[in-house]
Amino acid sequence: MIRVNGREREAAPGATVAQLVAELGVPAGGRGVAVALDGEVVPRGAWERTPVPDGAAVEIVTAVQGG
Amino acid sequence: MSPVDAREHLAAARADAAARGPLTIAGRQLRSRLILGTGGFPSLELLRDAIEACEAELVTVALRRIDPAARGSLVDVLDAAGVELLPNTAGCFTARDAVTTAKLAREAFETNWVKLEVIGDERTLLPDAPELLLAAEELVADGFVVLPYTTDDPVLARRLEDVGCAAVMPLGSPIGSGMGIANPYNLALIREQTDLPVILDAGIGTASDAALAMEHGCDGVLCASAISRAQDPVAMAKAIRAAVDAGRLALEAGRIPRRRYAEASSPMDGLADLAGA
Repeated sequence: MIRVNGREREAAPGATVAQLVAELGVPAGGRGVAVALDGEVVPRGAWERTPVPDGAAVEIVTAVQGG
Repeated sequence: MSPVDAREHLAAARADAAARGPLTIAGRQLRSRLILGTGGFPSLELLRDAIEACEAELVTVALRRIDPAARGSLVDVLDAAGVELLPNTAGCFTARDAVTTAKLAREAFETNWVKLEVIGDERTLLPDAPELLLAAEELVADGFVVLPYTTDDPVLARRLEDVGCAAVMPLGSPIGSGMGIANPYNLALIREQTDLPVILDAGIGTASDAALAMEHGCDGVLCASAISRAQDPVAMAKAIRAAVDAGRLALEAGRIPRRRYAEASSPMDGLADLAGA
């Protein structure tokens, strides 16, 4: 199990950050989107090669109106 | 303050304003002294129209979990408006969360600028001074251009300057309260002690508050709710833009000192004797 934006879900073995982002319908390139894996920012260039291990907590964020 | 002191103070404030020139943050000159917060607009269309009306160049955004069902893209609207994004760390209550949020924003928007907010109280949303300072220091060391939302405490403002912030952004009163500038004395002290840009952030209720901030020597005003939650946000965007310009012009013009009693503006010499013989 992994946790994506606070929701528990099953993760395919070997799933990467890039796959999780794509599943949320984010267009390729992902401008305006950022990812933290267990509290650490994953640079965009590393999404493809960063696996999401079992038990990981992933936060995928974007811009909203504020401030 | 005696009248002479008051005159000297006003002259100094005017000279300082002239010396600082256009609003320049971290070497970047901005066209507008009004920074627009995007929070609270009822629709992206109204936000777009308000940006056009107030001619802001820099607008804030917050970061939240992505909602696949969200309609319309805020970033697309802001990109189309030709504005620069200033991500904030709103909602963070610890230095650690604020630092991580700033890093996420840098990754998402390819900017190293951040409006740093670290909140210490849910009801007033007042800044948490120690956590703010910690976060500011860490982010500056990591290469960020840090614009801290701070209290109107001159000593904290000085500490933020000491750790390398690019501006200080004291509140006038709590976020969204519309209570204006609660402590103009503190704001004046902050203005006097620093050459960094001072941007009034939070508390603006209407145009006159923005004008007053500028007359007190602020280099700019950051405004969200006063515009976005006005009954007519686009008209208020115009009003606050005009007020920022008016306040700045008034500062540069040099206001008259306050006096306790009247000073006639018509000559007393040569008055006709109308009592008759």
